[in-house]
This record gives sequence, structure tokens and C-alpha cells, in this order.
Amino acid sequence: MDQDISITFPHVLIFFPLVAGLITFFFKKDATVKSWALFSSVVTLCVSLGSIYYASNKALSGLTFNYEWLKYIGASFSVSLDGMGRILTLLTAISFPVIFVATYKDQYKNANSFYGLLLLTQAGLMGVFLASDALLFYFFWELAIIPVYFLCSNWGGDKRIQATFKFFIYTFTGSLLMLVGIIYIYLQTAATQDATGKIISAHSFAINYFYAAQLTADQQSWLFWLFFIAFAIKMPVFPFHTWQPDTYEQSPSAVTMVLSGVMVKMGLFGVVRWLLPMFPLAVAKFDTAVIILSVIGIVYASLLAIKQDDLKRLVAYSSIAHIGLMSATIFTTKQIGLEGVMIQMFNHGINIIGLWIVIEMIERQLGVRKISQLSGIAHKAPVLTIMLVVIGFANIALPLTNAFVGEFMMFSGLFQFNGWIATVALVSIILAAVYTLTMVQKVFYGQVNALTTNMKEISVNEQIALSIIVVAIFLSGIYPQPLFDLTKDTVTGIITRFK
Amino acid sequence: MFGGAFFKQKSTAKYWAIAGLILAIIANCAEVFMQKPMFTIELKGMLDFTSFNLTFITIVLVCTLLLFLLNGRDIEKVGNNVSEYFALIFFVLCGVSIAATYNTLLTLFLGIEILSIPLYILTGSDKRNLKSNEAALKYFLMGSFSTGILLMGIAFIYGGNTGTPTFYINNINLGTGKLPVMLAIGLVFLLIAMVFKVSAAPFHFWAPDVYDGAPTVFTSFMATIVKAGGFIAFIRLFEHAFGTAQQQWQILIAIITAATLLIGNLTAVFQQSVKRMLAYSSIAQAGFMLLAIFAINQFAKEGIILYTAAYSLATIGLFAILIKMSDYTIDGFNGLAKQQPVLAITATIFLLSLTGVPLTAGFQAKLFMLIAAVNDGHQNWLVVFAVLCAAISAYYYFKIIQAIYFKENTSAVNQQWDITPAFKTLLIITAGLVIIIGIWPSVIIDWLYY
Repeated sequence: MDQDISITFPHVLIFFPLVAGLITFFFKKDATVKSWALFSSVVTLCVSLGSIYYASNKALSGLTFNYEWLKYIGASFSVSLDGMGRILTLLTAISFPVIFVATYKDQYKNANSFYGLLLLTQAGLMGVFLASDALLFYFFWELAIIPVYFLCSNWGGDKRIQATFKFFIYTFTGSLLMLVGIIYIYLQTAATQDATGKIISAHSFAINYFYAAQLTADQQSWLFWLFFIAFAIKMPVFPFHTWQPDTYEQSPSAVTMVLSGVMVKMGLFGVVRWLLPMFPLAVAKFDTAVIILSVIGIVYASLLAIKQDDLKRLVAYSSIAHIGLMSATIFTTKQIGLEGVMIQMFNHGINIIGLWIVIEMIERQLGVRKISQLSGIAHKAPVLTIMLVVIGFANIALPLTNAFVGEFMMFSGLFQFNGWIATVALVSIILAAVYTLTMVQKVFYGQVNALTTNMKEISVNEQIALSIIVVAIFLSGIYPQPLFDLTKDTVTGIITRFK
Repeated sequence: MFGGAFFKQKSTAKYWAIAGLILAIIANCAEVFMQKPMFTIELKGMLDFTSFNLTFITIVLVCTLLLFLLNGRDIEKVGNNVSEYFALIFFVLCGVSIAATYNTLLTLFLGIEILSIPLYILTGSDKRNLKSNEAALKYFLMGSFSTGILLMGIAFIYGGNTGTPTFYINNINLGTGKLPVMLAIGLVFLLIAMVFKVSAAPFHFWAPDVYDGAPTVFTSFMATIVKAGGFIAFIRLFEHAFGTAQQQWQILIAIITAATLLIGNLTAVFQQSVKRMLAYSSIAQAGFMLLAIFAINQFAKEGIILYTAAYSLATIGLFAILIKMSDYTIDGFNGLAKQQPVLAITATIFLLSLTGVPLTAGFQAKLFMLIAAVNDGHQNWLVVFAVLCAAISAYYYFKIIQAIYFKENTSAVNQQWDITPAFKTLLIITAGLVIIIGIWPSVIIDWLYY
């Protein structure tokens, strides 16, 4: 069997970080490790940008790839880059260099393992966003967790082992349930044939076979929950969120950024790529239930965020609220809402990484992240403060920032679905303003106290990292059109399945 | 046939044993690839060599070879009668091959007995150790009891067969209707005997004590190769002899599977000794393998082969590392990553494989089992139950990983490591095999279709 083995963009996006990560383990010097990690992540970013440029100009031939992997069971190594894939791989590709630059000064023991595992995580994430074969998707879905498990357990805070373990068991249970669902649908798919019409295997894991599987409403109903629980744990949606604040708090900063900026998108991505198109009947049945859960999560997490004294926990709860809004909007299955979700997935990643970087800088210099102990940092570090204020505004979705466009569209979608639910969800914007602005006011303004007199202005590399984020915030806030163009095909594809 | 190849190897040194094994493996592979036996002996159809059976035997032989290579020196340390241990292991292998290829109930009985009796001796081979003696006695008593039940079951099936009485499993005809009492009793008796051999609930009580009491090298052997042998006999019996009545015994197997998974996993969570934990985990893994017998279809047969390979490789590797530890508790693993990085990384790969994480052989094995069970479609609750139990198993496997990587070694005793570079290389090769099977399970499955 002659199979196409040309190198495509998806290949490079998955395998370059993978190989780079494996190489990293063999470096000895910390400086070499850091430069290598940064270099390789920049290369990945270039490839990602290249793929977007290529896609806008030429046919899609370089963007999909299919290799028969386990032909007895009809699984293939099949990857493709569609609109949603492009925007999320771009997010993954941008995040890692920014994170590496921002944490360049951090010292980790066994730096080679640390950066190696981070790059492996990147490869896993890329795989999740690119896979168009259910088994391959599951493969990467699990593989992205394993390096994170080791990263968090080895380099995090005092209670890291328990927190990470909870996280791992939660996600592992969820994904095993999803595996049962995948297998069940797999056995409902049609047989695969080769060019001559000979049957290769009785069923197939390919995504188009999954979409085409004939499932009754009853089957869809219980399969829906098998998949939804896996994705809900990952997002996380209330009431599956309890692992999240602990894990974010205990993880090393670089890993927290990856987790909250990119990894939670796996759950959202899973819903949009797999759950919605496969179970349209079940989605129509359970949409209100899921949306109400999400909205409860939004309000609940926002209220908790107001009460937090620890900066990391505050951002963690704020993230639950934002993700809740996205998950609620996805299940409305309205065109405008989904378009909003697409760009908001990207923008939320950028904003939250920005917030983590600021927290990381404060914690590294002062050793604390308790809001009650910090005060008046603006006097000592004006540049940092300006950057933070911009990111904070983006967090509460003020006009001109990137989040405004996305949230506006998502609320439009929610209003089309149900005005009351949307109104309750709108409260979250006010609550977001409360906790974000209170935090800014308490930490950055007011009198300099004994602790914060030692605060210094941030260094060049940190300024670069934050500037990239601030520029990205304004760029996509003022001119979001390219992002819409990028993801239009995915959204239209999904909406047509619901008509 | 191949039984003959084993009998000749009553040599004294382990090198002889290793050479004999390699010879047997080559003979086996040749037969799989050439499609015809190298030498023919008239067996009157008592044994049946198909590519499925031969693949299984090859896996068993390769695993034994790895065990010898990894732990040859530890076998020598058990006692003075080194050559006897190797000879006994070869007897067991002979039993396993018969149990994997039998075509009549008589050869099944022979195979099971040849497999069991040397094990009673091996279990008690650490003569000065009270636990070892106790385990051997316990195993012997319980084992003989199950043998009796096995024989009785065979008698019932022989006598109750519709048509002429027969021992040939392909001629046993249970019909598709309601079972006559004699046949039903016979089937249940055989089921009990087989369930005992594979240490599934509710006949698993011997396993933890025996595995814990036996010298660790032999535990490794029993928990993997012998158990796999039991399974292959089990699946053969229920496929060929009782296949037509699947609907009637399926619910029994489903309950046994669920009970085995639950008891194995829940009890393993509370163990402090890694050796005992692995004993319970082997019960839990047996629960997963029972899914193959529950479903008996193409996926199940491919799956049990994969499962045998995946589970045996990982467990043998893990036991090989455990043998080198001075402290068998989980705390004994604390800080292993700092002292022995190679052992730490390979142990982690084995544990991930047992948990069933993708990229390892364990995942593919579990995947095939789940596909088989879902494909059967009669008891979907069992599948969900099985994956929830797999999630529980992650808890205790990861406790060891935590100890290896994230905890400091606090014990005052400085362990002396008796580890050669060859041992490390072999561990790496074993771990490599686990990953290769995890990515391309077709390296094994292809064999079935030669």
C-alpha cells in the first residue's frame, strides 16, 4: 500500500515540539536548556503562522494528512488543520514562547526535565487540536496530561502532590468514560474500504465516520453524558471544578499558565469538535440543563473570586467564570455566539497568561501573593502597573480590548437562546469588574508598605513578554476580523448540522 | 511436539535454560511463519496448533526468557537446588503449552496439572521461610480441591453430552436451549476450577497469600506466565466447548468479572507492601482479562494476546525491580529517582502500562478488551464499571510513582544496589517493548494472521 508520507504543517506542529522536548532531556546546562526551549518554541510559532498564511492563499493540501496506523481496527494517524484547529494551535504556539520569556529568570532544579516536559505538553496539546481520528484524539488527550502530572507534582507548592493527584484522578476518570463512548460509537460506524472497494476494517475511528454514525436519540442521550463529563472536568464546569483552584495554586507558574491558558481549551474544543456534531439530538435535549449548570458556575465562581485573598486563587476562580460563559454559549448553538466563543478561546488564553505573568513577577520579587499584604506597587513599578491595568480591563471585557468583542457576541447568542439566563450571566461582568478592580486597587495603589518597598521595576524580558500580550489585546480588540475569517468554516459547519 | 523440546532441558546452569528457551522460541516462530510443523507426531488430534496458540506460546516463552535474563541470579539465590528450579519452570511451561493447545478435556486436565504441581514446589522453595511453607501448603490444598472439581466437571460434561459421550471439545454440544442439569453442573464446576486457576473472585483468596509468601522471582512467574496460561485454557474451553450456550453462562462471567475488578482494585488501594499490592493488582488485571471470556469474539482473542503480552512484560519488569529493593513497602520506593534513575524511569513506564495510559502496551490491551465487551453489547454496565475500576487502579499505581519521584528517601539504611549494566539494559529493552507494542500493537496482532 503506497501511503502519502509528505511532510505537512500538522506534522511539524506535533513532532517538532515532541523531538525538541526529548532532546531537551539530554542538555546539561540550564542556560542551554532555556535557550533551546525558547528557540524551538519560536520555530513552532513561525510554523503555525506559516500554516495560517498558507491556508489563506492556497488549497488545503498541505493541511491534512492521513496514515493508516492500526488497520485492523480502522484507526489512522489522521491530522488536519481547520479554522478552529488553526486558532488553537496558534494560541498554543504563542503561549509557549511568551511563557518561556516571562519565566526566563526563574530557576528550576533539573531545568532540562522541566523544559523537556513542557515541550512534550505542547506536542500533546497540538495533537489534541489537530487530530481528526477519535482514537488519535484520545491518545493525545491523555498524553497531554502525563507531562503536566509530573511537572505539577515535582516543581509545585507545598501541597502539590495531593492537588495534582486529585487533578489527575479527576481527568483520568473522565477520559476513561469518554473512551467507552468512543468505542461505542466506533462500533456503530460503517466499514472502511480501500480504493477497490475491498473492506479494510469493519469500523472506523475517523471523524467523518463518527459524524455519520447513525445514533438513535436514546443512544445519543447517554453517550452525551459520557463525553460531556470528560470535557466538563477539563473545562471545568460547575460542579466538576473542584480540582482547579488547588491545582492552579500549587503548580509552578509556567505550568499554571499552560494549564489555564491552553489546556482548559481542550475541554471547549472537545465539545465543539466532537460533542456538538455527533449528538445534535441530545444537545437539543440537554442544552438548557448544561447552560444552567454553566451559569451557576459563572455566578458562583465570580462570588468566590471576590472573597479570595490569594492572587492565584482569584485568577483561578475568575477563569472558571469565563470558561463557564463560553461553555454556556457553545450549547446555545447560535451562529453569533459560536463565533464569539472561537475568538474568545484565543483571547482568554492571552489574557489569563498575562495575569499569571504579573502575579508571578510579584511573587518572585516579594515572595507573597496575599492581596492583604500587598499595597502600592504602582509607585515602585509603574510599567508593570500599566500593563496589568490593560490586562485587567481585558479581563472585564471593556471596549477596545480583545475580550469585549467576544463577550459581546457570546451574550448576543445567549440572549437569542433565553433572555433570563443571559441576564443572570450578565451579572458576571459586574462581578468581574468588582474583583478585578478591587484587586488592582488594593495591590497596586495605596501606600507602599514595608514589604513592597523592595519591589523593583520589571526587567527587559518581562517587559517584552507583557508587551506582546498587551499588543495582542489591543490588536484583536480593535481589528478582530482576521480571527473571524479564520474560524468561519468551523462555525458554519457546526451550525448546518443543527438545521 | 514442543513439550518434547522442554523435557530435554534438565540442565544444571541457567545458561542451559536460557539456551533451551531461545531454541524453543526459534522453533515456535519458525512454525508460525512457515505454516507447517517442523516435525510431526501422531497425536490423534489431542492437541491443536493454530497461529493463535503458537503466538501465545511464543509470548509466554519470550516473557520467561526475559525473566531468566533479568532475574537469573535471583533464582540462584533462592536456595541450593538451582537446577531443580529451572527444571520445574520448564515443566510449568510444558503445562502452559498443553493448556494452550489442548483439544480434549483430558489434555486440558493434564495441562492444568502439569502446570500446577511444579508451582506448589516452587512456592515452598524457600524452605526456611515460614510464610513460604504456609503459602505452599495453602496453595496445594486449595489447588487439589479445585482439581477435584475440575475432574468432576469433566465427568459431568462427558456423561451428559447430547449424542455420544466425548472428550473432544469441538464435539461437545450444549445445544442452544435450556441446559440439562448434568451439563449445567458440569459447566459450573469447570467454571469454578478455571476461575480458581486465574485467581478471580470469589475464588481468589489463595492468591494474595501465595504470591506474598512465595520467593519474589517465582511470584513474578506465577502472576504473569502461569496466570496467562490459565486464561488461554479458559478462553479455549469456553469458546470451543461451550460457545453455543454463551447466552446462558455470560451473565455468570459478567458477575464474576465485576466482583473480581471490585475486590482486586479496592483491596489493592489499602496495601502497604508493594508485593502484596501487586498480588491484588494481578487479581484486578485478571478481572479485565475476564472481559475477553465474557465477550469471546475476534476483538477478544486479539485482546487477550495483547493483554498477556502487555501485562506480563510490565509485571515481570516491575517484579525484577522489586527484587532488587531491600524494602518492599511503598516507602521503600521513596527517592528511587535520585538513586537509580534507570530503574525509576522503567518502573514508571511499567506502572503507566498497568494503569493503561496511551503510548504503552497496557492501553492497547485495555482498548481491545473494551471494544470486545462493547461489541458484545449485552452488558454495557460492565464496561462502565470496568473503566471506573481502571480509574481506581490509577490511584495505587500512581502512589508508587509518587514515591519514586516526589518523595525524599528518609530511611537511615543505605541500600546496597546489586545491579549490573546488563540488568539495566534489559530493563530498558523491556520498557522499550512495552512502548513499541503501545504504538504498534500490530507487531503482535499480525502474527495471528499468518
